[in-house]
Amino acid sequence: MTNRVRRHISIDEKLLFDQATGNRSSFELAPLDVDYPGADRLLPRELVREDVPHFPELNEVEVNRHFTRLSTYNYFIDLGLYPLGSCTMKYNPKINEKMARIPSFAEAHPLQLHENTQGCLRLMKHLEEMLLAVTGMAGATLQPLAGAHGEMTGMMLIRAALEARGNPRRTVLIPDSAHGTNPASAVLCGYDAITLKSNSKGCIDLAELREKLDENVACLMLTNPNTLGVFEENILEISRLVHENGSLIYMDGANFNAFMGIARPGEMGIDVMHLNLHKTFSTPHGGGGPGAGPVVVGEELLPFLPVPVIYEKADGELTLDYDRPASIGKVAGFYGNFGVLVRALTYMMRLGRDGIKAVAEHAVLNANYLRHHLQDVYHLEYGQPTMHEVVFDDRYQEEFGVSTMDIAKRLLEYGFHPPTVYFPLIVHGAMMIEPTETETKEELDAFIETMKQIAAEARANPAVFRQAPQALRTARLDETGAARTPILTWQQARES
Amino acid sequence: MYSDDFLYTKDHEWVRVEDGEATLGITHYAQEELGDIVFVELPEVGTTVDAGDTLGSVESVKAVSDIYAPVGGEVIEVNEILEDKPEMMNEDPHGDGWIAKIRLSDKSDLDKLFSADDYEAYIKEEKEK
Repeated sequence: MTNRVRRHISIDEKLLFDQATGNRSSFELAPLDVDYPGADRLLPRELVREDVPHFPELNEVEVNRHFTRLSTYNYFIDLGLYPLGSCTMKYNPKINEKMARIPSFAEAHPLQLHENTQGCLRLMKHLEEMLLAVTGMAGATLQPLAGAHGEMTGMMLIRAALEARGNPRRTVLIPDSAHGTNPASAVLCGYDAITLKSNSKGCIDLAELREKLDENVACLMLTNPNTLGVFEENILEISRLVHENGSLIYMDGANFNAFMGIARPGEMGIDVMHLNLHKTFSTPHGGGGPGAGPVVVGEELLPFLPVPVIYEKADGELTLDYDRPASIGKVAGFYGNFGVLVRALTYMMRLGRDGIKAVAEHAVLNANYLRHHLQDVYHLEYGQPTMHEVVFDDRYQEEFGVSTMDIAKRLLEYGFHPPTVYFPLIVHGAMMIEPTETETKEELDAFIETMKQIAAEARANPAVFRQAPQALRTARLDETGAARTPILTWQQARES
Repeated sequence: MYSDDFLYTKDHEWVRVEDGEATLGITHYAQEELGDIVFVELPEVGTTVDAGDTLGSVESVKAVSDIYAPVGGEVIEVNEILEDKPEMMNEDPHGDGWIAKIRLSDKSDLDKLFSADDYEAYIKEEKEK
């Protein structure tokens, strides 16, 4: 194998606070030509600072170089494969950015009158319709600002629907193969989370489900396909059992990339799900996104959707409907992250129905290509067919004293972002790999060769892992120290 | 490694009972599996729990795991030192790294726990699985 990594200039950069020399500026303002009475005349006295904190003063060159230098330390999807399992780090087509920068969208203000924002409202309505078409659900809200926010919104909707039936109930069943945020969302909405243990195939155990479904269960919260990448083959029976018990089903849509355009959650009996636009629909992900976690619901939950709901009058004019007495209220400022919605709609319209289906097919094909080529050198705890991701572990490397963390660090030296590690918890030393559909065969082959090389090194030269990644600008970090005594601010860093 | 004076659970916790008071912690095997522990969420003194209820959580560099009540009763004391020194759970899991004390409400809860021999057989099985 040829190592594709080469040395490259990487310049050390101080914090802005530490390099500011004062008396520099990135721009000049024209002299003030009106009388300025002073801040203490314009603002309440208690709001005016006497001491101005030490703010860095830098010229444009310095500022530009600062951020450009920092950007060279980064690893990002435009640089290479980013196989974080369950994160769906797919390439974000640049046409999304082009559309989001159209001034009519980019410069729209949420407080503009509706008569002047019909285009923006139409875009949101159109995105809602497309999300409903692809999920088979009855209604949507685009407000939630992230996946976990969507989960919370969905759980609030479930509570509202059950309260309307007369009893909100007390518990939520969550398989141990679900996403880690699911129990937190259930607890935030006042429910006790109860874990369902997976069976030997990595799926929900129907006997265990029957046993745990009692009159207290508000909802089953499942991730499908789950974090092992396994599709719940009994989904229809599962939803029948849950509904028979008077409970509802929440589906975490984070893994929707595996089957969108092929099967529809609405037809599986799902009552509510969230979608991660920043995963499945190629909007920016990581570094704060910002994300968007729209929630789609079935008929029963429609009255409870957050306000405002986009409403089309008979004459085709769009307006925002706040007059919904059963609504759970607002869940975000204004209408969510509008710029993200523009990108997601662009992605869906560019792909069309056939393209969306092809995305899922290629996502599953790519993951299975990796699985096929790596399953002899990395241990697979569950042998079930998997979809868009595959979970290996370090069982074969353990005997040489090489762990999943060591493998992840070594991958960095070969120029790849590591997979998700140590999750799901049901696989000891998990490496959860999701290549997504946007990778070429050549990039996948390079990753396969590297992973094989690393497995061979573990056997022949485990010492090389101890200090990995040596080749990077920062060697192995003290993760324990960082978690036990975190230094989070400049002030803390100065004092430590 | 695993003392006969303790009882054990399938969630890898230990219990030592003295005068109707159960002291509990996580086992050596558990701390080894978790790796470096960086944070522990302790239960509140005065809380009443049933066996199997969540008592708190342990966060390591790898994962966050729940701590379950191995027996039911009232939480009468917690090891507050762990809030500043969670590494005690790695260094001395069966001693200074104890988590909480529960005043037993039902002695029969103890019947469901493993002896040291049973627990060692259980973790051997877990390792081979």
